[in-house]
Amino acid sequence: MNRPLRKVVVAALLMFAALLVNANLVQVVEAHSLANDSRNSRLLYQQYSYQRGPIVVGGKPVAESVATHDALKYLRIYPQGPLYAPVTGYYSLTYKYSGIEAAANDLLSGSSDKLFVKRLSDYFTGREVQGGAVVLTINPRAQQAAYDALTSHHYRGAVVAIQPSTGAILALVSTPSYDPTKVSTHSAAANTAAWDSYLKNPYAPMLDRAISQTYPPGSTFKVITTAAALSTGNYNPDTVIPAPDKLTFANGKPLGNFAGETCSSSGRMTLRDALRQSCNTAYGALGVHIGSARIVNQAEAFGVGRSLSIPMPVANSRVPRETAAPFVAQEAIGQHDDSVTPLQMAMVAAGIANGGEVMRPYLVAQERAPDSSVLSQATPKPLSRAVSPTVAGELTSMMETVVTSGTGTAAQIPGVVVAGKTGTAQHGGAAPYAWFISFAPATNPSVAVAVVVENTTPSDTGGIVAAPIARAVMEAVLGR
Amino acid sequence: MTAGTFAPAAGFGRRRGTELSLIVFAIVLTLTAYAATGLAHGKHLPTDMVTYGLGLVALFGVAHVVVRRFAPYADPLLLPIAAALNGLGLVLIWRLDLAAADSAREAHRAVPRGAAPLQLVWMCIGVALFVAVLVLVRDHRKLRSYSYTAMFFGLALLILPAVLPASHSEVNGARIWIRFGAFSFQPGEVAKILLEVFFAGYLVRHRDLLRLAGRRVWRIDLPRARDLGPLLLAWGVSLLVLLRESDLGSSLLFFGIFLVMLYIATERGSWLLLGLVLFVVGSLIAYATIGHVHDRVTAWLDPFNNHIYNKKFGSSYQLDQGLFGMGTGGITGTGLGQGRPNLVPFANTDFIMASIGEELGLVGVMGILTCYLLFVSRGLRAALGARDGFGKLLAAGLAFSFALQVFVQVGGVTRLIPLTGLTLPFLSYGGSSLVTNWVLLALLLRISDAGRRPQAPPAPAPDENATVVVRP
Repeated sequence: MNRPLRKVVVAALLMFAALLVNANLVQVVEAHSLANDSRNSRLLYQQYSYQRGPIVVGGKPVAESVATHDALKYLRIYPQGPLYAPVTGYYSLTYKYSGIEAAANDLLSGSSDKLFVKRLSDYFTGREVQGGAVVLTINPRAQQAAYDALTSHHYRGAVVAIQPSTGAILALVSTPSYDPTKVSTHSAAANTAAWDSYLKNPYAPMLDRAISQTYPPGSTFKVITTAAALSTGNYNPDTVIPAPDKLTFANGKPLGNFAGETCSSSGRMTLRDALRQSCNTAYGALGVHIGSARIVNQAEAFGVGRSLSIPMPVANSRVPRETAAPFVAQEAIGQHDDSVTPLQMAMVAAGIANGGEVMRPYLVAQERAPDSSVLSQATPKPLSRAVSPTVAGELTSMMETVVTSGTGTAAQIPGVVVAGKTGTAQHGGAAPYAWFISFAPATNPSVAVAVVVENTTPSDTGGIVAAPIARAVMEAVLGR
Repeated sequence: MTAGTFAPAAGFGRRRGTELSLIVFAIVLTLTAYAATGLAHGKHLPTDMVTYGLGLVALFGVAHVVVRRFAPYADPLLLPIAAALNGLGLVLIWRLDLAAADSAREAHRAVPRGAAPLQLVWMCIGVALFVAVLVLVRDHRKLRSYSYTAMFFGLALLILPAVLPASHSEVNGARIWIRFGAFSFQPGEVAKILLEVFFAGYLVRHRDLLRLAGRRVWRIDLPRARDLGPLLLAWGVSLLVLLRESDLGSSLLFFGIFLVMLYIATERGSWLLLGLVLFVVGSLIAYATIGHVHDRVTAWLDPFNNHIYNKKFGSSYQLDQGLFGMGTGGITGTGLGQGRPNLVPFANTDFIMASIGEELGLVGVMGILTCYLLFVSRGLRAALGARDGFGKLLAAGLAFSFALQVFVQVGGVTRLIPLTGLTLPFLSYGGSSLVTNWVLLALLLRISDAGRRPQAPPAPAPDENATVVVRP
């Protein structure tokens, strides 16, 4: 009987070999996906079992984990929840995470490779693991000013401020906002209740309008059209261009001016005046003359169509190529199919302010280990060259005129030269979107801003609604 | 012995010293695990470290002394492996008790009674029976005369839950218990050993018939139709167990053991082939007619499907939670007392391997599997070394049933095969299983002792001229 018995021995060996191989598959090959399955609540317990790192703005945490006495040892709180919600996002056991909480999760949770040595020493010394800190580029005064300016009028909209020379984001505000603390509690029922109420709100408080929503840019886009024209070399700010009362086409809707106004009694005006008054017919004709290709290329040189992460992913702005003249004219004044994020328009202002070079926008200034040692420091990186320094200078001077004596006078700051451009974008609704983009001081800019407001009245314009908000933000940055 | 002499047992020493030092190692291992769990959970050593340690020393010490006295030539590895697995299992069960108590406290519920103290009692009973078997069964061949008695009781125990009213046989949907008041028992486990005794006795007696009769059809020696009776009977019983008791594991185990013992006894592959055909037929019948089996297979094939995961009955929830735990454990595990194995339902019985995978990692799982493999290989070694057919068959049956049980159990939990409801020998919480495995160990040691015992030197050839005194 030993002969079959030996075969049984082999069979037993094979059975165990199968078990051993399979155990390796489960615990090595598939381990990562199993451990990170959303239905694996171990991950959650683990994540809440040690102190997640804070998100810091101006030396103070805007998201931090505090010790509790329940099963999940640490609770995530947001001391100024709605103000920073578009930046921090939430960290919820019910809804995972968003914003910087998601984008910088590895560092905040302590699982980043950058913290490997620290983790190793914690392992051997038995110290509790701690997450690293994320220090943001946000200027708390600018953030507060933008938020206050929007909410004091119950505006729905967004503000983005950028430091032109680096691309550091100084303010990123979206209203109405939500309180991330309320969806990050340890009670799934409370989280769901808050979440549902936010979802039911018709004004979408959890939508980050600054980077996740695109709008027609309206007349702020004329800055791009101007840049395209100046870059051809055939135009300068004093070039006289046609500015009829109405731009008509062989086939298509005629283009008129805001409130049917006349730009110039002579039907002609300088480029500078056309921008100062935001003359639609002049820009429509200019656009048709230089062509869609130049406009699209110019928009793309400012970053349109680039996929960006700051580190949160930014919605793609788009300015499509048009062939029909009526559409090209619309495109040149920021209507038709043009759609951009507020961040993109802030990048346009910042690019001009920075001598024509657009810097890559970013939110994270520093990554720090739990012991406060700096793990990484952001280094400004150029994104693209939008225009030559000469053209940038010409654009700046033209945008100054808009603020000194044009549609953007509400953005004036005593003692500071401000460059800006208004926008009043039609979008099918009764009231237009009010836009303003600007930077200051014009000679040596330290801040560039884009403002958009959704809920205006039909008679409102970017100059009336958005320019004062941009001014408040610029003043905050300049310390006025 | 000189090099010239040949005897199967040549070279086997008693090796009790090896056994003793390995038992000491098993105890140290268990106590280390115990201390680590205590430190991780409450930041201090368990207060009863010393008593617990002394208890283990006493328990395994007695077992060792009894082996030394009553089975001095037995394999020195089997007892220490059993001790290590049992000790580690006890720590894991205690660790899961702690978790259950914690979550009860957090939810302001009454703290449930721990399973570990009960398991400790069963462990003592198991060792007592181990001692009893070694002391009472001095020669395993004597068991052969009880073959039919064993069959009667074995079948009765196997079938009893099926004929008892559900109130006395059903726990958590599986009808595999005998329950009267506080007393509950899984008879299938005990039936396993009794039936192995019967199979061994029966097959040794009838092996020549089953081996030789038949005719050859296209290179395969087919047995005679009239000899198919026992195989069909075993198949029928295992199907009955499956249909009436929803006990996939016991059914598979029962049929598998019979088949393998039949194959070893007859040395005839055709039996194996026939058996496998019957197995496939039985599986298809079960899959088609039993919802419970169908659910297990569906959950096995597509465990991460949300629909199957969220099903009210027959969901893949338990399987998935076990796999999540093992995935979280990864290679080195979270460390004892630092994972959340209690998230898996029945973590201390059917899913104890998932607890090991989570807290001790792949390293722990491979270590445990290696222990099992060693145990099985030493058991089969005892079978190979046995000098009588009955002992050989019985040891093979015992060792292979052990291997099959581990395969089906661990394979189910790690999603190699569909999940069945078996316990993991020596590790899982459960009295019937633990006690049975201690008896299984005692029998293996008994057979191993007989096989390794030096044979009496052959009597000198009687001198033809010598006067033979014949006593009246």
